[in-house]
Amino acid sequence: MLDGPLSDGATHALEPRDLDRLIAALRGRGYRVIGPRLGEDAVVYDDIAGTADLPAGWGDEQEGGFYRLRRRDDGALFGYTLAPQSWKRVLHPPRQRIFALSTGAEEVEMAPADPPDAPMALIGVRACELAAIDIQAEVFAEIDPGYVRRRESSLVVAVECAESAATCFCASRGDGPAVTGGFDIRLVEVVRDGRHLFLARVGSVVGADILAGLTCPEADPADLAFAADRLGRVAASQTRALDDSAGRKLGDFALHARWDEVAGRCLACGNCTMVCPTCFCTSVEDTTDLAGTRVERWRHWDSCFTLDFSYLHGGAVRPGAASRYRQWITHKLATWHDQFGRSGCVGCGRCITWCPVGIDITEEVRAIVPDENER
Amino acid sequence: MADRKKLSLAVWKFSSCDGCQLTLLDCEDQLLAIAEHVHISHFLEATRRVENGPYDLSLVEGSVTTPREARAIRRIRRQSRRLAVIGACATTGGIQALRNFARLEDYIGAVYARPDYIDSLATATPITEHVPVDFELRGCPIDKGQLVELLSALLNDRRPNIPHYSQCIECKRTGAVCRMVATGTPCLGPVTQAGCGTLCPTHGRGCYGCFGPAETPNADSLAARFGAGGLGGRDIHRLFHSFNANAPAFREQGSPSDG
Repeated sequence: MLDGPLSDGATHALEPRDLDRLIAALRGRGYRVIGPRLGEDAVVYDDIAGTADLPAGWGDEQEGGFYRLRRRDDGALFGYTLAPQSWKRVLHPPRQRIFALSTGAEEVEMAPADPPDAPMALIGVRACELAAIDIQAEVFAEIDPGYVRRRESSLVVAVECAESAATCFCASRGDGPAVTGGFDIRLVEVVRDGRHLFLARVGSVVGADILAGLTCPEADPADLAFAADRLGRVAASQTRALDDSAGRKLGDFALHARWDEVAGRCLACGNCTMVCPTCFCTSVEDTTDLAGTRVERWRHWDSCFTLDFSYLHGGAVRPGAASRYRQWITHKLATWHDQFGRSGCVGCGRCITWCPVGIDITEEVRAIVPDENER
Repeated sequence: MADRKKLSLAVWKFSSCDGCQLTLLDCEDQLLAIAEHVHISHFLEATRRVENGPYDLSLVEGSVTTPREARAIRRIRRQSRRLAVIGACATTGGIQALRNFARLEDYIGAVYARPDYIDSLATATPITEHVPVDFELRGCPIDKGQLVELLSALLNDRRPNIPHYSQCIECKRTGAVCRMVATGTPCLGPVTQAGCGTLCPTHGRGCYGCFGPAETPNADSLAARFGAGGLGGRDIHRLFHSFNANAPAFREQGSPSDG
């Protein structure tokens, strides 16, 4: 729903009940509101009706191959870091029907296209996730009108991170933790001195219109200073880093012994690509009914870690995990630049957390590409 | 397509529990449509009427555990234009293949009052080790959606859409939160072929590996991860040694005696 830049306006202070009014206003405008809520042992992005659905007082702890929900003592609504899966789920759905055909009495008939979904309001989008949405928007710009429509009709309420997970490395990618653009409304949650506030700025005309309807007071400069200071600490607390220039050199190390070493650990299960917010690959499947009078074409998420993904006549081009892992990170970190003008990694760390054996992309790059500073 | 010839179908049982062939009768919503396009020539769970072959398609359930079965499967293969094996027993040997890791006499002695009545092979082996097989449906039991997909593909002369990749890909598409990463539950999903419909992970359980090894499974690495997470060799052994214990990728995992 980005409709042109907006001159810097004031920052307003919302209380939790104002956030509830914000969500109600979005629903009133016809948005399907999606935000964080407590799922099965994790904070997941799902439909929400109001602030009561938000994961109040829940945080998380993440490491390689490890995620646990943790209770917080401050009642923060956005106190978690990142959900297991990104907004890719709703903007680039895992399964989509492309078309359906039926043999009618006289001729083949095309089933009417599904009506477009209601526009979505995405609540709680993090800086790295916004960067990933921008990357997928670039990937799909000319080739997937469905993505373009969903992205352009979506309203983004970004929420800046109040802490980093141990797996985060957005600061080293330049994709976070500060939310700098691409939002309609940006919130910063502040819980201190017995007060619970959301410092809100607008990023679009529609965001300004919605926020104006809430008539909230301007934020206290002391709270703004607290938030700015905390943001610096969020960035500084990140212990992982992935240097862009190192990633770009991966193509020079195609025969490095590390590929076989990582293949010994890699399960080739595809989890990293599924949870990656920029991985966009799909495959297409045609189905028929038993009678053969109706066919459907479906598109679903695919992964470069499956054997079929590189199947050409006669067999798979990438039969082993070494060549599949190399393909994945070399594309993500090096050849993505040639294709789309930047790296495909935003530093969210999901591939590290959700790898069942905890393979760490930052560690693998360090093991393969020599560090220029150490030579 | 009204003039299309019906597909003649035979369903055969070897050593098994019948659950996989009953999946065909369990296709309730699709059963009438199936009957419209498939002619049942031999299916003892459905009808006592039996017709001679040859058959367009044989669905074979169960593993080979007796000398009689070893002969019968060769006869059935000769009578079948296409032969698809269904279920863990037919594709890897099933739960009864646990005998392959023990002494048959010990099992027979423990179970039967008159062991001398039993005429059994020393091993339970999948159909695939006895005759050439055109297609495999995995699972304990098989998934009815996959069964209908197989029939539909054969009727319409196209390749069945049956995945061979890991269960993890299905979990992520479904949105199931990873049991292993989020709760520490040991889960065979990363090395197990998708297709069950994500039953266990959407009910708070790790994957038990009913669908057998996925393509290029790295069970060594997963077993090492279980070990690092605190599971002993015996627990790891038991995880891999269930429905598909005899599958080459699962056979050697863990240690039966290491506590």
